Amino acid sequence: MRWYRWLALVPAIGMLGGVPFVNRVEPWVFGLPLLLAWVLVWVLLTSATMWLIYALDRRHERRAEQSGA
Amino acid sequence: MNPALLVIGAVLALALALGVRARRGRAMTLEEWTVGGRGFGTVFVFLLMAGEIYTTFTFLGGSGWAYGKGAPAFYILCYGALAYALSYFLLPVIWRYAREHQLLSQADYFTSKFGSPGLGVLVSVVSVIAIVPYLVLQLKGLGIIVSEASYGAITSNSAVWISSAVLVVYVVVSGVRGSAWTAVVKDVMILVVAIALGVYLPLHYYGGMRTMFERIEAAKPGFLTLPATGMSPSWFISTVILTSLGFYMWPHTFGAVYTARHENVFRRNAVVMPLYQLVLLFVFLAGFAAIQQVPGLTGSAADLSLLRVSRQTFGPWIVGTIGAAGLLTALVPGSMLLMTAATLVAKNVYGRLAPGTSEAQVTLLAKWLVPVIALVSVYFTMRGGETLVTLLLMGYNFVTQLFPPLLFSLGRKPYATRAGAFAGILSGVATVAWLTLSGVTMASLVPSWPDVVKDLNAGIIAMLVNTVVLLAVSLATGPRGAHVALLSGGIHGAYLDHRAEDAKGQSGETA
Repeated sequence: MRWYRWLALVPAIGMLGGVPFVNRVEPWVFGLPLLLAWVLVWVLLTSATMWLIYALDRRHERRAEQSGA
Repeated sequence: MNPALLVIGAVLALALALGVRARRGRAMTLEEWTVGGRGFGTVFVFLLMAGEIYTTFTFLGGSGWAYGKGAPAFYILCYGALAYALSYFLLPVIWRYAREHQLLSQADYFTSKFGSPGLGVLVSVVSVIAIVPYLVLQLKGLGIIVSEASYGAITSNSAVWISSAVLVVYVVVSGVRGSAWTAVVKDVMILVVAIALGVYLPLHYYGGMRTMFERIEAAKPGFLTLPATGMSPSWFISTVILTSLGFYMWPHTFGAVYTARHENVFRRNAVVMPLYQLVLLFVFLAGFAAIQQVPGLTGSAADLSLLRVSRQTFGPWIVGTIGAAGLLTALVPGSMLLMTAATLVAKNVYGRLAPGTSEAQVTLLAKWLVPVIALVSVYFTMRGGETLVTLLLMGYNFVTQLFPPLLFSLGRKPYATRAGAFAGILSGVATVAWLTLSGVTMASLVPSWPDVVKDLNAGIIAMLVNTVVLLAVSLATGPRGAHVALLSGGIHGAYLDHRAEDAKGQSGETA
């Protein structure tokens, strides 16, 4: 089971689910209105999440190869 | 000729030279022309995909929406990132299947997967219908860039004619390898230009981002947040979901998948591409900076804002450089779109309707179709009045109709049947056409419902109709599919595969 693949849902839920709650200008984040900053942070987290999944997939595949050999 | 046009002309010449050079030493078979002989590595596929995705829409449309609409423009930042997450699971499956079956186009996938050339024809027709507004968008963008950079010396209409001629020549001489090489030049230019503008303009005019946003907020309260009705959070979320599902359904994006050498290419891209989205932040900043500097551009004129503010701020040499970057953002995706549309019509429509056509004939026809499709797009460009983003959203609603049949076809034994796929696509496309032509929105359909429902992107209706019809018809026509699976290696194994693929598909769908 590659349960960790479900992590890919986190950015989608976080980014979009948060929108109704952060639909405000204040507090400012690095000079950006809150909504824009929120979206931006989640874009970065999307990349981070996919990197994590990729790393775990690679480990999973290496182990599968070893046990198969 | 002013210096701005000179710079644009020089970059154009460079792009053409790269295109011609790229094909040298390679026989131009259809496979080489369209999928580069299936030998592109991570960097090339990354560039090709980024090249297709960062279009004049990103550059002029993104800044235009930030200028004209404010916060709703942020959706552009979201959907790309989520689409890349989805691509991690979706693209390797498609790529593996495409390689096994030597596929060249998106329509080939549906033809092969469902064993139905008719379905391939239908998918091609839907794709070409969706491509036209996307091409119109690129031509409009080119028209804006050339006429603005000429300081009005060249009218927008003649600029559209010049640009489409250039596009046609470019596509015919270079094919997909030319696009990938030009994409390198384009991406470097767009990165430099977008970041420079996004950093410089707020600093120059306002002394910083925070001050700029505060002054916008003071002048137009609520501009930096989503409104309570209309383009509300509910519109935002539904639009992001729809467009991120439709993202890879564009035939030229789907086709670019085939150019990869290995499936890991996509997994690495899924990690890197969201970061590339950040360019949009700077595009937005430039659009926001334009609000108080070049006020009064309304409707589709908002797309002019980036170039207007550049003209006001910089001398002609820099305006030319910005224009040239814009030109490339239209040229690369525009050439991919034209090439894809021509290949689809030649191979997947004509080739099916007139069996016995040789590959050489199909290749020749594809090349002749390039100017024809360009002319059709020029016609619509001259007629239109929509903003770039509106055009894109319309095309998106069409291609997104290919997502449900794709999703339910991923398993080794697809859940969707041939009839189900047909019925789903037809009903979805009919719904989109009806919504577009009649101007119906959720608000006019269910006026008494709460705003959360009324503000949903109406494309959701088409998607639901499509999915429900597809599942219902597949269920009704299912037993024959099961029979085929029995013949081809045991129902139980197929069932397990199907379940495994299904689980993958589901995680992908919502991601």
